[in-house]
Amino acid sequence: MLKTFKLGGIHPPENKFSAGQAIRNAELPKVVSIPVAQHIGTPSIAVVAKGDKVKVGQLIAKSGGFVSANIHSSVSGTVAKLDQVPDSLGYPKQAIIINVDGDEWLESIDLSDTLVKECDLDGPAIVQKINECGIVGLGGATFPTHVKLVPPKGMKAEYLLINGVECEPYLTSDHRLMLEKSDEILVGTSLLMKALNVDKAMIGIENNKPDAISLLKEKSSQYKGVQVVPLKVKYPQGGEKQLIKAATGREVPSGALPIAVGCVVSNVGSAFAVYEAVQKNKPLIERVVTVTGKSVQNPANLKVRIGTPVSELIAAIGGLPEDTGKVISGGPMMGKALANVDVPVTKGTSGILMIPAKEARRDEIKPCIRCSRCVTACPMGLEPYLLMTVAEKNLLERAEAERIMDCIECGSCSYTCPSSRPLLDYIRFGKGRVGALIRARKN
Amino acid sequence: MSNLLTVSPSPHVHSDDSVQKIMYRVIVAMIPALIWSVVVFGVDALRVTLIAVAASVGFEYLVQRYVMKVKPSVSDGSALITGMLLAFNVPANLPWWIIIIGAFVSIGIGKLSFGGIGTNIFNPALVGRVFLLISFPVQMTSYPAPSGSGVDAVTAPTPLGLLKEGLMNGQPISEIAGNLPAATDLLMGSTGGSLGEISALMLIIGGIYMLLRKVITWHTPVAVLGSMFVVAAIFWMIDPETYIGPAYHLLTGGAMLGAIFMATDMVSSPMTGKGQLIYGVGIGVITMSIRLFGAYPEGISFAILIMNAFTPLINNSVKPKRFGGKK
Repeated sequence: MLKTFKLGGIHPPENKFSAGQAIRNAELPKVVSIPVAQHIGTPSIAVVAKGDKVKVGQLIAKSGGFVSANIHSSVSGTVAKLDQVPDSLGYPKQAIIINVDGDEWLESIDLSDTLVKECDLDGPAIVQKINECGIVGLGGATFPTHVKLVPPKGMKAEYLLINGVECEPYLTSDHRLMLEKSDEILVGTSLLMKALNVDKAMIGIENNKPDAISLLKEKSSQYKGVQVVPLKVKYPQGGEKQLIKAATGREVPSGALPIAVGCVVSNVGSAFAVYEAVQKNKPLIERVVTVTGKSVQNPANLKVRIGTPVSELIAAIGGLPEDTGKVISGGPMMGKALANVDVPVTKGTSGILMIPAKEARRDEIKPCIRCSRCVTACPMGLEPYLLMTVAEKNLLERAEAERIMDCIECGSCSYTCPSSRPLLDYIRFGKGRVGALIRARKN
Repeated sequence: MSNLLTVSPSPHVHSDDSVQKIMYRVIVAMIPALIWSVVVFGVDALRVTLIAVAASVGFEYLVQRYVMKVKPSVSDGSALITGMLLAFNVPANLPWWIIIIGAFVSIGIGKLSFGGIGTNIFNPALVGRVFLLISFPVQMTSYPAPSGSGVDAVTAPTPLGLLKEGLMNGQPISEIAGNLPAATDLLMGSTGGSLGEISALMLIIGGIYMLLRKVITWHTPVAVLGSMFVVAAIFWMIDPETYIGPAYHLLTGGAMLGAIFMATDMVSSPMTGKGQLIYGVGIGVITMSIRLFGAYPEGISFAILIMNAFTPLINNSVKPKRFGGKK
């Protein structure tokens, strides 16, 4: 019996068209626009000015606080300006715009492909290195990795979980990375274990990636304490709490962090970035992005420099398909619809998905028939139909009592609703209101 | 970029499920029982069903269009189901005008007066059925004999009616038993009764189809039938001369139709599995109380309506298991 999480979950069509496509380098863009806020937490502070020459890997914005991350130039060239550029939703956000000139890397970065297994650094030094290199969670949440590696006082990590689930339909960037950089991921895992001072790590991979499971299983025997855990396919298994439940059987209590049950979760992409940072001295300046869609002729997994406009990735796969109605940054379940395709790729961009116009619009909203599919689908054991109603009626105390803040916004409820009700939209709205209420109460 | 892109919050994909598809699955599940009723009662079964369906759909359209002044939602198929279920719950020789009154009460009072699909507290078909049973007791309890050649003047008592009559006359079960239909007849459905309730087998086939297509879950039917079985078994063991065995109860009357098709109505039954178990046990116990101690031979319609009224309370107090335990 394969492991999985118990409550709820759905099985959307996987549509992993690009699973067989090896990672290839995207063309260097002519201009990059690197936002200073690419992670959860305080935005970084620019340390370059207009006219400065920069090299690949050079620090251009330093961490703005504890929960923040350094940002490095992904290209070599000249800083054109510091300006407000529209983000994925169209809001103006501070960014550093660099005109690209050649591809000159900092000398300190090891560009060879040689696998470096040995590491003399101790735990705190590894954390320091990860902090310097601006590593954040590459699964999409972009939480600064070094913060996770320092458990709060009195708490001790027991397990490191490496998230290779990639439960979002269409996305294959983590899958390809596991196939092509398995040793690097395993070394990165060992480094994270050392940083956390744990002797057990589990790499969770869903059973729809049997090649990645067998490859990592075979190689993991050379790495002490690392175990590959094959998981039954079920969305949203890549959710932190669901993965912990599936792999260890532990349930993160309501409102608590994974460390409360002795777990720290990191994405395979982050483990790879940790390897590159610690062993190759390479900051996080590029990532793998799946570019795909039902009408895309040549879906691809591209290694992309941070700051590259999304439009250039679309050009790289042969242009926007004729019937496109929506472009999503991320996967179809939790990704963000882009208002325009000139926005830059950031550390959290796992995929660019083009949705045909006929699937881009939602169906007409019908009355709730109380079929309870949303209740069955909810991986947090909530009642989405009820949360929607109380949020709509602004019954905030009731919403809080019904655990609205536990919602992980996976979208399983909206996906499964036969009446196409905007369950998650209202729940998000309610969460915002209830969150404000809770903050007001604390002050 | 010449065309504007659609921007909306996640999720950006949707299952291909719809209210219409769910409703049509229920209709498919009712077809075996409908075919069987035509075999047993002849074209009359079809006549009653067609009148009930046409009247239900018609009233839904008219009331929504001209009274509520909203866009009619007849295409979702739910009025069609209500019509079919109403027909399943009446004798095959019911006069056309009584069927139309039943459809009006089901749709107009049972469903639309509460706001329409999704908001009705009680199962609409049962509201209509119980209204007719109380208003037209003679017509509603004169069941045609199962001849297969259309309905004639011959009427036949239902298996539960036979039992009740015998017991009322003070006969012990051992004496009545000779007049009662055999278990195989009950399973196949060659006895008197409402047109859709007679064949336990056909109803079970429909139920299995709905289970497989995930229209219903096992909780409600199992709880209803299981609790009926337990209550019947307890009394049967106490006194087998006054109380008949549990199998007879499960195969007669509206037990199967009620447990599989009426109690499982999504709108009027609880949301969680645990809630459905409580609701189902309530239905089973009330049904058996009416059958064993009441004046009516059968009581599952009343039992379902009573438990429908408890559904909001059950939804409010029985919560799904939350991830991360209690707070």
